[in-house]
Amino acid sequence: MQNNVNITNSTQEFRQDFAIISGWVKFGSKVLDLGCGDGALLQFLRSGLEVKGYGVEKDDANWLACMNNGVNVIQMDLEDGLSGFEDQSFDTVILSQTLQAMHNTEGIVLEMLRVGREVIVTFPNFGYWRNRIQILSGNMPVSKILPYQWFDTPNVHLCTINDFDEFCKNHKISVLERKVITDGNQIDFMPNFLGNLAIYRLKAN
Amino acid sequence: MTENNSVGTSSVGSDSVGIVAPQTAHFDKPLTLKSGAVLPQFDLVYETYGTLNADKSNAVLICHALSGTHHVAGKYTENDKYAGWWDNLVGPNKPLDTNKFFVIGLNNLGGCHGSTGPVSINPDTNQQWGSQFPVVTVEDWVKSQALLADYLGIQQLAAVIGGSLGGMQALQWTIAYPERVRHALVIASAPNLTAQNIAFNEVARQAIITDPEFHGGDYYAHQVLPRRGLRIARMLGHITYLSDDAMGAKFGRKLKGDIKYSFDAEFEMESYLRYQGDKFAGEFDANTYLRMTRALDYYDPALNFDGDLSAALNKVTAKFLVVSFTSDWRFSPARSREIVKALLDNERTVSYAEVTAAHGHDAFLMPDAHYHNILRTYLNSIEVGIHHAK
Repeated sequence: MQNNVNITNSTQEFRQDFAIISGWVKFGSKVLDLGCGDGALLQFLRSGLEVKGYGVEKDDANWLACMNNGVNVIQMDLEDGLSGFEDQSFDTVILSQTLQAMHNTEGIVLEMLRVGREVIVTFPNFGYWRNRIQILSGNMPVSKILPYQWFDTPNVHLCTINDFDEFCKNHKISVLERKVITDGNQIDFMPNFLGNLAIYRLKAN
Repeated sequence: MTENNSVGTSSVGSDSVGIVAPQTAHFDKPLTLKSGAVLPQFDLVYETYGTLNADKSNAVLICHALSGTHHVAGKYTENDKYAGWWDNLVGPNKPLDTNKFFVIGLNNLGGCHGSTGPVSINPDTNQQWGSQFPVVTVEDWVKSQALLADYLGIQQLAAVIGGSLGGMQALQWTIAYPERVRHALVIASAPNLTAQNIAFNEVARQAIITDPEFHGGDYYAHQVLPRRGLRIARMLGHITYLSDDAMGAKFGRKLKGDIKYSFDAEFEMESYLRYQGDKFAGEFDANTYLRMTRALDYYDPALNFDGDLSAALNKVTAKFLVVSFTSDWRFSPARSREIVKALLDNERTVSYAEVTAAHGHDAFLMPDAHYHNILRTYLNSIEVGIHHAK
């Protein structure tokens, strides 16, 4: 978890998934952003949608960045679950590009579905063709969205879109919507091959 | 909770509030306490640092913990060995910046540093109150603090800050006077005490009450002090305010000399505890100690809401910063998270920091860089109105 600091801090530019996420968040709703980094997404959602937003962040430096950005931030480790949050107490719970760095991946998704009436999860699609080519050529994929070397990556649970679809099916999670993008462009054809970022809107069944 | 003076050792420098002097506010109107007892009149001794701005929007109240005083920052003379108990926090360009804020520290009712308490003269008898001084509560303190704010002409506080028992007062302010406080900084605190905490307090009280020189609390009349009891109470307190790791790092099993097969203070841990106990027993009042621990035991804002803290905080409007320390086992992070959860349930503005610290409960008084950054950043974000022209 502490390593997702780098993920959020390294991308100062507008993150690809923000626009799609903001399309799925209702005006004035109560939003929980898990692994919120410096609070950029919540700032974005607050300015456009006037959400009542709270971030969860473990890292000290990110915590201070959130505070400097005027974002409410709760310091805790997502690996411990969301025991401080009531069932169905948020309109939307977001986990943006952090899923792959979680150890307790299954647990956090189930906890999000408990706490949120809706859940938004985004993750880099390991099935993206450029990743596949790197594997075929004999190396672990390194790219803008997966900027780490095999030995220093925080990403312990990378998956493909097919894997995550299966995960949802096996856990009886409703997929309300799924969008796949590459460099900001929506991918509808062969998304598991052509898309590098998957964005899911989920609900407990 | 200890507010150990050894923490605030900075000299009177450019980031110090400098030489300060306490003041006394006298209140003639009787104060009815939560217990039903009435204080016919009372004094509150306080200090202020910085300047109250024109629209009186920059006042910050600091609530002290068990053994604290009104002397939060600065020194009384250049030669004072120690500065106020939270001097590392309060001063020009310090995290609680006195260039921006008008900071108030006071001694709570029942205290022994100038505010009306067991050592004061009861006007009805012209003798020291002693055992007759009523049991005061967190609610009573906050009520009296609001009267002090009135006295100073302050309608609304920019913030109330407190650690430990002081944090309970900050929380109580937001419950009792939601319209009079904009921000609450609740540090190393809890929404009530655990059974274990009450148990520690009870042992401390029993040490005092069973001291043969306690005389039911009227030891002043006998011209003695229950020093042994107070000393043991303080030793116990010190053990619980520190973490096992911090104690191990500071003292370990270090001996002062060769093993003597005696019951003297042979371990450095022992001599530290004896020193702290003796020092405290020489300067603190046992009746005050009893009342401060009782106030801790009784505080429980959720009690009238079937234990539902979220319901208890329903009318709160202040913005909150809640801070805990990882090694604090007397006021553990889990207890702070209860406060955070109740605020989240009410969709209030709250941030929560869990500071990695080795010092146990005492960490809230330490000048840890990250901890102070947290406070500085939060306090910087507080908006205040116009300052006096300089």
